Amino acid sequence: MREGLHLSIDRIKCDGHGLCAELLPELIRLDDWGYPIIAPGPVPDHLLPLAQRAVATCPVLALALRRTAASK
Amino acid sequence: MTDTLLWYSTRGAGAVSMILLSAVVVLGVLSTMRVQSAAWPRFLTTGLHRNLALLTLVFLALHIVTAVVDPFTHLGWLAAVVPFSSYYRTFWLGLGTIAFELLAAIVVTSLLRGVIGQAAWRIVHWLAYASWPVAVIHGFGTGTDVLSAWFMVLAIVCVFAVALAIIIRLMQPPADPLASARNEFRVGVSRKSNP
Repeated sequence: MREGLHLSIDRIKCDGHGLCAELLPELIRLDDWGYPIIAPGPVPDHLLPLAQRAVATCPVLALALRRTAASK
Repeated sequence: MTDTLLWYSTRGAGAVSMILLSAVVVLGVLSTMRVQSAAWPRFLTTGLHRNLALLTLVFLALHIVTAVVDPFTHLGWLAAVVPFSSYYRTFWLGLGTIAFELLAAIVVTSLLRGVIGQAAWRIVHWLAYASWPVAVIHGFGTGTDVLSAWFMVLAIVCVFAVALAIIIRLMQPPADPLASARNEFRVGVSRKSNP
């Protein structure tokens, strides 16, 4: 596992608002039902501010930045 | 001179607060309905909702501070904090105090959302539907400009916009495409954990 901050999504909390994909299209896209698919690997440094904003904007607090990747 | 300046500031900031607060409520309703278009991404609704709410607090602070400092009514700071403690227009000013404190609770819990958790935040956030009407009734009850045409037009536009947003929201089915499947899952999980 590479070092760095990873985006993790709580699938139970997520309601598919889709704000994260609007704010961070570099790493998050939406599936056919509007739920996020997150690019694997750590968040690159230059995208960290956008990732933090996406986390803060999630209406249901389903998105998080974690030191280690979430176990699948 | 200073007296009239303070008094005009109170009235002006009150009217601006009413407009901003109404816009915040409408935007909040729109965000739950997931309004979006090519020119209006969804994060714009929630971002405007949050920033206009913070701006509302600034104008409310101006509204309250200038009213308290105004030597004509000499309301005192207690009236700004404790509802119905003012000798002057006790009931109508008390409503304003209540609306402000509800709004303060909503803003503080929103800023601490990550700490207190989603469920507690959401419960407190429902108070918005109490704060807004109480604030508007406060304005109608004690507003100096209530009988002037410009204020009437503004108030009617604000009330109409919020009422329309709420009616549309009540008629709208849940926007989550998996809402029913999700509910079944939650019911199933709680049945399993509470046999």
